[in-house]
Amino acid sequence: MTAIAFPGRTTDAATPRRRRGAVNLTLIAGLTLFGLIALAAICAPLLTSADPIAQDLLQARLPPGSPGHLLGTDQLGRDVLSRLLYGGRTDLQVGVLAVVTPFVAGTVLGLLTGWIGGWFDLVVMRVVDVVVAFPFFVLVIALVFALGAGTGSIYVAISMVGWVAYCRIVRGEVLRAKEQEYALAARASGLPTWRILFRHLLPNVVVQAVVFSMSDIVLTILAIVTLSYLGLGVPPPTPDWGSMIQDGQQFLLTQWYIATIPGLAVVLVGFALALVADGLVERFGQR
Amino acid sequence: MNQVLYILRRLVTLIPVLLGISVLVFFLIQLVPGDPAVTLLGSHVTDAGVAALHQQLGLDQPLWRQYVTFLGRLLHGNLGESYQYKSSVSALVLQNVVPTVWLIVTGALFAVLISVPLAVWAASRRGGAADNAIRSIPLVGLGMPAFWLGIMLVLLLSLKAQLFPASGFGTGFVGHVESIILPALTVALALVPILVRSLRAGLLDVLQSDYITTAHSKGLGTPRVVLGHALRNAAVSSITVLGVNIAYLIGSTIVVERVFALNGIGYLMLTAILNRDFPIVQGVTLVFAVMVVTVNLLTDLAHAALDPRVRLA
Repeated sequence: MTAIAFPGRTTDAATPRRRRGAVNLTLIAGLTLFGLIALAAICAPLLTSADPIAQDLLQARLPPGSPGHLLGTDQLGRDVLSRLLYGGRTDLQVGVLAVVTPFVAGTVLGLLTGWIGGWFDLVVMRVVDVVVAFPFFVLVIALVFALGAGTGSIYVAISMVGWVAYCRIVRGEVLRAKEQEYALAARASGLPTWRILFRHLLPNVVVQAVVFSMSDIVLTILAIVTLSYLGLGVPPPTPDWGSMIQDGQQFLLTQWYIATIPGLAVVLVGFALALVADGLVERFGQR
Repeated sequence: MNQVLYILRRLVTLIPVLLGISVLVFFLIQLVPGDPAVTLLGSHVTDAGVAALHQQLGLDQPLWRQYVTFLGRLLHGNLGESYQYKSSVSALVLQNVVPTVWLIVTGALFAVLISVPLAVWAASRRGGAADNAIRSIPLVGLGMPAFWLGIMLVLLLSLKAQLFPASGFGTGFVGHVESIILPALTVALALVPILVRSLRAGLLDVLQSDYITTAHSKGLGTPRVVLGHALRNAAVSSITVLGVNIAYLIGSTIVVERVFALNGIGYLMLTAILNRDFPIVQGVTLVFAVMVVTVNLLTDLAHAALDPRVRLA
């Protein structure tokens, strides 16, 4: 988790900031690519007529380009293209939704602990220290195992681990923003605390959290795919990229594409979201 | 003196973290839905079995007493008894920890050997073609699942080119070295995108310092400035970057051990998950966290040794 906790921080301070209003190609390219991937997943039933879970053992392990099976079939004769599209539905949906709870919880907690400080900050930050002491994948795997394999457990496990990064980022931003004129002015004018926090500070500090959430979605999708590969994620008949790779691993020598194609899909999603994150950094600047 | 004080202060900060880790690991079993004993025993459940397991796990005790017992055991190095192997978890961890340590050390070494030259190259030719190419590595690499990368390396370097064994830990030192290369390369490549990005940024920060401008204005060539002046200072921040990211590398070993059937503690944990052997999962999770905490401690100590500003602060 800590590994990519501050991915955007690395932009060059000396790079001339792009003029406001200038066309942000990176952001547009990223959003377009991600939009197309999401659209392909959402429109899966329109794009393919093949049933992603219908088996046909006589048509097993056909190579890509076979008639009726553009990307071939897997060991049970299921259409790879169709499984890829429907699998994208599962993985993208879980990946995006799983990030919502940690985003909200971490942001609110970071806002509060940065503002209140004192013992509250001390306690929350010690909890943060403990959670980041565990390697992300190890903790998520252990949590999903304890909760029982499946999508529901993935949401809970990701929420229990993921809030930490948002809390740290937002807390840091609040500590910085707290002493700036607009925050001091808001305080001096006697506004209620909740109003200062949510109306004045939040819009300023949330940007970094949004930027981070892009790489967090990628990390979460990686976690889901990894869990499914290990047999702890999305339960079997439902198509998903992780279990597709796992299916393909045993036929690597003869049908390399069964394991390769879904992995490329994950990489493509990661690429799109990395572009979006870089574009956002370009648009809003860093720090 | 300062050094000793710094080390002592740093060691004291470990106490709450280690306690917190033990609490979190302890609570793992509380997350199991329903009666953990019934869930763990699965279909062979009998009332007597449940009662026996309750007593064995101490589940009939109040929660705080369960934790105190658990902590007491941990302090004696006792991680519990495996259900499946009828042996202590500590012994199993010790039996399996060697390949994992090999994997982490070799993986970190590979990651450094790949990332540092790339970062130096990119930073010294800032804005050039090489820099742009190297900067695009994280875009593609961040979304690459480590286990898939491992499978692809097996496909290319083991099945096609037949350079390395596809799985296992080999026999003897040479066998170990041969069979660790592919898994280590996998965990290293999973980390490289993150590492290159941070190292390049750290190096650029250094390159913008005044003393570098001075070196340039003395008429030294770029290679001399980068290698002779900048790198030494950049190494300090790079050690921190490496230390922070090693947690990610350690985390990815668990899946990579599975891909390469490498019998380390990650493999032990995943096998235990299939067998619902809870004490092993709990024990290995704890060991992984302790590994990360240890690496972080070593990083901070190395940082302090190299940079006096840290221990004087």
